[in-house]
Amino acid sequence: MVSLILVNGLTLGSMFALLAIGFSLVFGVARIMNMSHTAFYMVASFMIFSGVNYLKLSLLTASILAILLTAALGMLCYKLLFDRIKEHETAVMIISLALAILFQEICLLFFGGHLRSIPPFVKGSFEILECRITYQQAFTFMTVFIVIGGMYLLLLKTRLGLAIKAVAQDREIANLMGIDVSRICMIITGLSAGLAGLAACLLAPIYMIEPHRWLQSLVMILAVVVLGGLGSIKGSIIAAFILGLSESAVIFLIPGGSFLRGSISLSVMIAVILIRPEGLFGVKFEEERL
Amino acid sequence: MTYPRWLLYWFKDEILAIPGRTIALLFIVALLLFPLITTQPYFLRIMIMAGIFSIYAASWDVLGGFTGQINLGQALFFGISAYTASLLNLKLGLPPFLTIPSGALAAVIGGLIVGFPAIRVRGFYLSLVTLAFPIILTDIIFIFPDFTGGELGIYGVQGLSSSRITDYYIVTFVMLVSLVIMYKFTDSGSKIIRTGIILNAIREDEISARTSGIDTVKYKLLAFSVSGFFAGIAGGLYAHFVKITGPSTLEMFFSFQSILWCIFGGMGTIYGAVAGVFILFPAIELTQVIPFLRDLRYIIFALILIVTLFFMPEGLSIWVLNKIEIICPRCRVKNGFWRSSCRACRAPIKHKKNISIKDDSNDISL
Repeated sequence: MVSLILVNGLTLGSMFALLAIGFSLVFGVARIMNMSHTAFYMVASFMIFSGVNYLKLSLLTASILAILLTAALGMLCYKLLFDRIKEHETAVMIISLALAILFQEICLLFFGGHLRSIPPFVKGSFEILECRITYQQAFTFMTVFIVIGGMYLLLLKTRLGLAIKAVAQDREIANLMGIDVSRICMIITGLSAGLAGLAACLLAPIYMIEPHRWLQSLVMILAVVVLGGLGSIKGSIIAAFILGLSESAVIFLIPGGSFLRGSISLSVMIAVILIRPEGLFGVKFEEERL
Repeated sequence: MTYPRWLLYWFKDEILAIPGRTIALLFIVALLLFPLITTQPYFLRIMIMAGIFSIYAASWDVLGGFTGQINLGQALFFGISAYTASLLNLKLGLPPFLTIPSGALAAVIGGLIVGFPAIRVRGFYLSLVTLAFPIILTDIIFIFPDFTGGELGIYGVQGLSSSRITDYYIVTFVMLVSLVIMYKFTDSGSKIIRTGIILNAIREDEISARTSGIDTVKYKLLAFSVSGFFAGIAGGLYAHFVKITGPSTLEMFFSFQSILWCIFGGMGTIYGAVAGVFILFPAIELTQVIPFLRDLRYIIFALILIVTLFFMPEGLSIWVLNKIEIICPRCRVKNGFWRSSCRACRAPIKHKKNISIKDDSNDISL
């Protein structure tokens, strides 16, 4: 039982971490509350699905194409929609919600509301402590750490990372120093959509894909990023694993727990907002509180 | 004979001289006479639903448009009231005129529960908190399927009345009364009820409002309860009209619809919400007749919202009113677009200059 909870919790945690990093990045740098983030994840998994099933591509090609296309889609959305009204942060949030519904409906139109699945990258499984772990789960878990390492390298070692950090700290001063803030925000949105695409490649084989799933994952991601502190990448990763483990514990230990999984994370989110709005590691935005 | 003549002058000067009021009067008259045009149940049904939803959309406007608290979970109030009303009706056998007010009171309690965290947070955090509550309640409903009907919902609720035309008049009457109350509650020009201007102050700058000696906590909670009350009235009417209450009344998309209607019609004006509902709801219902458009319903919804936010950020009603009403630059009296001089002070009115009815700062200041 304990090992089951651990394995499931770590898989869920890596899913949340992958999605929450992208969400946090966009919020921290571009100050966009991107409610369509998990919709990008959903769109990417449908891209892989149609690539494999209709275009008869190999899984790897389809996945790479899906990541690139999702990143391009994210940049396009930023350029066409978010960039033009970025001063009105709530309007941006509402537009991103509209965008998510748009994606959901387009996917429903083309694929219908059935549960779909795509084949895993690595087949097979191994057993530890009477618990079956598929290679895909282990692979996902490792990829999260590769992605985290990559993000840190990007942010700490490159000029682009420097520019990103500058924009995150003070948008206006960064602009005065000659950084093209709008371009940086576009790159960040693309990067985060690409991360959502990567999450889709890794997780769509484990969990089923369905056009309405984005809302469920969005709710979890919101809880994760609030617990970790809005805009903090380190916080989101740690919070992702905390909530992933606690969610799988709830599912396995409490009868009827699978109905409660969303509620518990959301209650955690409300409690964190009320008691410690900056989250575990977050930056404290003075203006958000009275 | 002086009394009717006075009434006539009043009508001419206060209603016909201002295009906005003329439109409102025509709308009310058309609403009351609608059953004379057609008594087809389908059209009556659309109008009744539009009436219920306009109360609901206006209740979002009280919070989102006037107080600046962007509530992403308005469906919570609607759903609480719908469930309370149907449960009271089914389990205790109470008639609709008792269940709807008690549902609304339950929604007020819900409003206070949501409003309590809202005292402490604002901006994104407030939206996230309000987004969470309906989802939690939906989960709770799924856990107790015996009592709440679970996924299928509660059916067999008593209808509002026996005939659809009576239903129509009940809903229209309740709607007009609720809208007038909400309009007066949020009217920032009123000299008797000060809530309107206080809520506006909270939206524009909460800290300044506090330093001016306004108890912002009290007024925010008041706005949450009023909004919850009217959303609750709408929810109770809905439960008794449709006779089914399901988890769809708590869906996020349903909360989202109220935002769409308000943004399309114009935020921060009660009439904007009404205009949004009475234009968009029938239009989208009627597209259901065409088979090709049936599946595109939500896509149309989302696209309308995006296009409105980009090209008409102040909303349809304010956009139209800016075209047909001119405010006199000297005495701030509203004039019809056909006049070349102010009807009160005879000052010349320039047509080219863009003197808007609302300040620009109110546009899209979500």
